[in-house]
Amino acid sequence: MAKNVVEIRWHARGGQGAKTASELLADTVFMAGKYVQGFPEYGPERMGAPITAYNRIADSKIRIHSNIYEPDFVVVLDETLIEGVDCTAGLKESGAIVVNTAKSPEEIKAGLGGYKGKVCTIDARAISEDCIGRYFPNTPLLAAIVKVSGVVDEATFLKDMETSLSHKFASKPHVVEGNMNALKRAVSEVKGL
Amino acid sequence: MARREKLSGNEAVSIAMKQINPDVVAAYPITPSTEVPQYFSTYAANGEVDTEFVPVESEHSAMSACIGAQAAGGRAMTATSAQGLALMWEMLYIASAYRLPVTLAAVNRALSGPINIHNDHSDTMGARDSGWIQIYSEDCQEAYDNFIQAVKIGEHPDVMLPVMDCYDGFITSHKVENIEIMEDEEVKAFVGKYNPPYHLMNKEKPMSMGPLSLPFYYFEQKRQQAEAMKTSIKAILEVAAEFEKVTGRKYGLFEEYRMDDAEVAIVILNSTAGTAKDVVDMLRDNGIKAGLIKIRVYRPFPVEQIAQALSKCKAVAVLDKADSLNGAGGPVFTDVTSAMFGRVDGVKVINYIYGLGGRDVTTDNIKEVYDNLQEIAKTGKVKEVYNYLGVREV
Repeated sequence: MAKNVVEIRWHARGGQGAKTASELLADTVFMAGKYVQGFPEYGPERMGAPITAYNRIADSKIRIHSNIYEPDFVVVLDETLIEGVDCTAGLKESGAIVVNTAKSPEEIKAGLGGYKGKVCTIDARAISEDCIGRYFPNTPLLAAIVKVSGVVDEATFLKDMETSLSHKFASKPHVVEGNMNALKRAVSEVKGL
Repeated sequence: MARREKLSGNEAVSIAMKQINPDVVAAYPITPSTEVPQYFSTYAANGEVDTEFVPVESEHSAMSACIGAQAAGGRAMTATSAQGLALMWEMLYIASAYRLPVTLAAVNRALSGPINIHNDHSDTMGARDSGWIQIYSEDCQEAYDNFIQAVKIGEHPDVMLPVMDCYDGFITSHKVENIEIMEDEEVKAFVGKYNPPYHLMNKEKPMSMGPLSLPFYYFEQKRQQAEAMKTSIKAILEVAAEFEKVTGRKYGLFEEYRMDDAEVAIVILNSTAGTAKDVVDMLRDNGIKAGLIKIRVYRPFPVEQIAQALSKCKAVAVLDKADSLNGAGGPVFTDVTSAMFGRVDGVKVINYIYGLGGRDVTTDNIKEVYDNLQEIAKTGKVKEVYNYLGVREV
């Protein structure tokens, strides 16, 4: 069996980029030398419908190929999902839920049906609009889940992301700068830790 | 030197295709195989391959175009799933009967109806008697490795048969995982140049392909085809040995996982084998002698080797991700039990149909199978041979 497995579940609405977010996280932990799986749960996907994506992260080869039912961490890209979807289903109390919202962890916790673990919040919209100039919740949320889960050391994460973004956007240095600022701000602005 | 990457199964297979650089890729998109020709068409458009990419109007045409290209002496490939494979049906038999080693990425998806896009094995299981070699792949790495080996197996002078590399739709095709990719030059050297002994464009040896074969010839042609399938086992192992020399990754006809002293065992193929191996480890930690056999080469079916591998077990469960709807059991079960008949006595063998239409298979589901096997091993009594796993019953 794989060693030191961390399981993460993403909740979002179709079109918000949960699949991309799970792939970005997979990229991040892969760069840090770990074993990873990133996969969405495909359904009759349409813009705005609730969707789920997953990550498994480990220190050795991962063989299990089922969905994740008892995640260590949950990330919610859209806070309106909390009302309609049981986002904390199976979530370990030793873990945490990270919600994209301007609200405080206490306000969010009240709507989570008694989840006793850690509740973290991040205002990905404000960060994204300030730093990137448009609403891309993925970048700040990626930084937030790395910070909350500790799957990759923060300094390594920021360094790897800079390398990767500089490579991907070689002809658009301003994109790299905006995204790096968003990542750094997100790391320091996660509430509820 | 290999490159460490993080890719989905479809990405990995499209890269294998790029590295092989075939003469023709003809394809029609269908979920979840679409990405294979989609990525490949980008390579073709960018001039990264010399391939003639033919975006045809149906899967029937895709297979027909591959057959045409191969008949002309080229190396041709395609990818499909479910209804796409069903629409290729009559041409599958033509490819194998003409002894044309087409390579197909068969991304397993449930056949309609009811319509469903998710994984089971009903598509390729239906094609098990079409004269194609069938290789099944547990994860992205195996899907990639088997695709490269498939070319060399099919084109082996003693084989000359088409090969399908089957891997689970979404579970493997769309899951991003760690993988090792061979260098382009390594793949090129491994598959080599395709030099078919006969083809239509060779004016030195003029020939006809596809003429009417009346009772005086047809039977002998089928007999030779059957012989090629039977002897391909040797070629498959030769290719695997050569592949191991280059990559260090070992492949056989099937994988035996903790089978040495196993009393209870599961026979399974593709991605669920990985999940089941984790269950085997858990059971072993509790002192239970559990093992697993993952079939890699399903056509030809390694009858003697499978029977031998299961001969020391007390109870075996064969898991089928396709139902034969025959009131008797799934296709893999039927093959395993026939293989054991007359060769191995006294082993209790049961069947489970599981995961149809993408029903998720958890470690708890697999544990349930091993629990039943332990009960059978203890009492010697089988309550039901033909079972269903993870289905809601009224």
